[in-house]
Amino acid sequence: MSDTANKAADKPKQGRDATGEDRRLNMIEAINDALDVSMEKDDNVVVFGEDVGYFGGVFRCTAGLQEKYGKSRAFDTPISECGIVAAAIGMGAYGLRPVPEIQFADYIYPGYDQIISEAARLRYRSAGEFTAPITIRSPFGGGIFGGQTHSQSPESLFTHASGIKTVIPATPYDAKGLLIAAIEDNDPVIFFEPKRIYNGPFDGFFDRPVKNWKTHPDSVVPEGHYRIPLGKARLVTEGDQLTVLTYGTMVHVAKAVLEEKGIEADILDLRTLVPLDMEAVEKSVKKTGKCMIVHEATRTSGFGAELSALVQERCFYHLEAPIARVTGFDTPYPHSLEWAYFPGPVRIGAALDKLLSE
Amino acid sequence: MANGPERTANRDNKPQLSLHVPEPNYRPGAEEVDFSAIEVPEAGAQPRPDEACEPEETHGLCTDLIRVLGDDNRAHGPWDPKLEPELLREMLHHFALVRAFDERMFRGQRQGKTSFYMKCTGEEATSISTSMALQPDDMVFPSYRQQGVLIARGYPLIEMINQIYSNSGDKLKGRQLPIMYSSREHSFFSISGNLATQTPQAVGWAMASAIKNDTRIAATWVGEGSTAEGDFHAACTFASVYQAPVILNVINNQWAISSFSGFAGGEQATFASRAIGYGLAGLRVDGNDPLACYAAEKWAADRARTNSGPTLIEFFTYRAEGHSTSDDPSGYRSAQERDAWPLGDPVVRLKNHLIELGEWDEERQAEMDLKAAEKVKKDTKEAEKNGILGHGMHQPFHTMFEDVFEDEPWHLKEQNEQSQRERDTKYPDGVPH
Ligand SMILES: Cc1ncc(C[n+]2csc(CCOP(=O)(O)OP(=O)(O)O)c2C)c(N)n1
Ligand SMILES: [Mg+2]
Repeated sequence: MSDTANKAADKPKQGRDATGEDRRLNMIEAINDALDVSMEKDDNVVVFGEDVGYFGGVFRCTAGLQEKYGKSRAFDTPISECGIVAAAIGMGAYGLRPVPEIQFADYIYPGYDQIISEAARLRYRSAGEFTAPITIRSPFGGGIFGGQTHSQSPESLFTHASGIKTVIPATPYDAKGLLIAAIEDNDPVIFFEPKRIYNGPFDGFFDRPVKNWKTHPDSVVPEGHYRIPLGKARLVTEGDQLTVLTYGTMVHVAKAVLEEKGIEADILDLRTLVPLDMEAVEKSVKKTGKCMIVHEATRTSGFGAELSALVQERCFYHLEAPIARVTGFDTPYPHSLEWAYFPGPVRIGAALDKLLSE
Repeated sequence: MANGPERTANRDNKPQLSLHVPEPNYRPGAEEVDFSAIEVPEAGAQPRPDEACEPEETHGLCTDLIRVLGDDNRAHGPWDPKLEPELLREMLHHFALVRAFDERMFRGQRQGKTSFYMKCTGEEATSISTSMALQPDDMVFPSYRQQGVLIARGYPLIEMINQIYSNSGDKLKGRQLPIMYSSREHSFFSISGNLATQTPQAVGWAMASAIKNDTRIAATWVGEGSTAEGDFHAACTFASVYQAPVILNVINNQWAISSFSGFAGGEQATFASRAIGYGLAGLRVDGNDPLACYAAEKWAADRARTNSGPTLIEFFTYRAEGHSTSDDPSGYRSAQERDAWPLGDPVVRLKNHLIELGEWDEERQAEMDLKAAEKVKKDTKEAEKNGILGHGMHQPFHTMFEDVFEDEPWHLKEQNEQSQRERDTKYPDGVPH
């Protein structure tokens, strides 16, 4: 895709609506906006998945697209994740730019072979003759009492495969810019949407009132086209006491805990796990000398293991304490003990106390 | 554009292709719902081949519709299972109980007592009448809409409610989403949230039963939408290859959340006719006709039990309510569909049949409905003593780490201990219930 982002006409308008007010969107609206902008700009972009067409998706991320772009560009599919991904690969081979949705990340596994053995390796095995410029969107993560089949965080099953990018936004502003960048990327991208923060920046304090996006600064979403480059982390807060590496929902949880504890830290929202913004990670860890990794996914072979290894390999002589990993437990996601499972403020707090006392 | 499509010039004026995307006949706001295009053959008009017949002999039935109960509320034709009135009353009782149960649990979710619920309204016969045609120790692999099977097998309501509330009485330890029951004692396999996975598993169980020269068969239920999954096709292939003693029940309730059956291939062929390509016996049944449901399942069970092969049955029915408590069907289908459905309501049809036989009356029906509602209410109150999900966590934290493996490895032991420390930090005065 040619780079037209710098043309004046394409410059993002300021984050204001026609009345001069900030244009504030929640995550669902921002994703919808990104799809709309992408479909408007390039008629090779097609959107499909279970309940995606007429109804607009069970989370409403594709609402209105069928009406606007027609049934050949936004449509429902049979309940076959294998078929959805495979069809996307075939469309990509033709030259389209498909954006399939998998209704829940927990249901991506029937399509896993098509993702790992096919999409991720197509460029390599055909020496660039064929590519899979597809973006697979899927809500992931827990915190909605979804039980073990509506809560999983399977990102490391994808980061472990070569040839596929993994992107996870944490704010409406980023969701839009990252999704547009993912769609315009010529490699296959897994785009996991933390569904717990679709409607508000949940901070892990499940027994307090839920905040709304509309008061959060990162919910100001400009109209029109803008991209956030894949492979670039975002510095959420700056501080010298430690570095927190995290993504998705856990960005907000970590931030809230650090604020409560009055700890000043670099929080890096990784945004893209593969390719990783190693430069930002190294820079921060070398500055603070302490590193904490937070993710909701199970611990063993989670993406935190990769991060920990990288930090150890590249920042060892700057580290003042062992790297801390805060994660979900190595069990399926339980229904009623959801908050005992979730790596919330208590787990993060204990790890912080330990890390800062080393 | 690096990957843009390279359309070749259309020099010889070939026809331009266009994509077919199925569209249901009615959407919200439709003026008038008219189902007259659905062919409803006369009750009793369908031939009934021998249970041990060649699969081909059933293939005409894959595009027909087996019906027993006519508009005259009488049973007709060779598929009439000729059930005793006592058994029919028992069936009607199960219907009443399931309906009362669904009502109350749905309301419970709305009142914040639990996170989720799914009704089976309109489809009761496809699980209750069918499972009554099986032996109690035949193994069933259900989907999430077969509460009727459990109730017909006498599973205590209170156990179901405990599970729905994820409370301290829940024998699944609050781990599963509401309605994802499991009861080995009732030969009822643990329900998975992942669609269609149970279908080939049922075939495997049936193969095991054959390997061991057992006498038990397996039956499985899957939604028409879910037949699009590869698992369903693996099930058909394995069932055919090994002639497994299994019944594959496809519940065609017309909808899969917001997608009508056309998105599972229902526009071009019936679901029963999937049997033809796989060389399975296939039947297509009026799913709102309790006698036809019973008869078809019994036919398939007898066939499987005599080593005569597997059967795929499509039950043609209608999902009268929303997909689940998370769904609002007014966003994608016409509210009139339910009333316009040409095959009626299974509960009403069975009731009218019994009345026609002189074995039942409206007063007894009203009394039975009332008793069912009272029973559900009583069991609900009883279950609530074990807690409701809305009020917190009812399982000790250590249960989270049990059953991941048979034995707890070191890393889970450590995490288990960590969770106890976290609990004490968060709840120094004990976990609220
Ligand atoms: C593998 C998988 N993909 C998607 C889903 C999400 N999902 C749950 S129920 C459902 C619709 C199923 O429809 P159908 O098979 O017709 O059964 P019904 O709900 O009508 O009983 C979908 C798409 C899932 N649970 N599992
Ligand atoms: Mg269905």
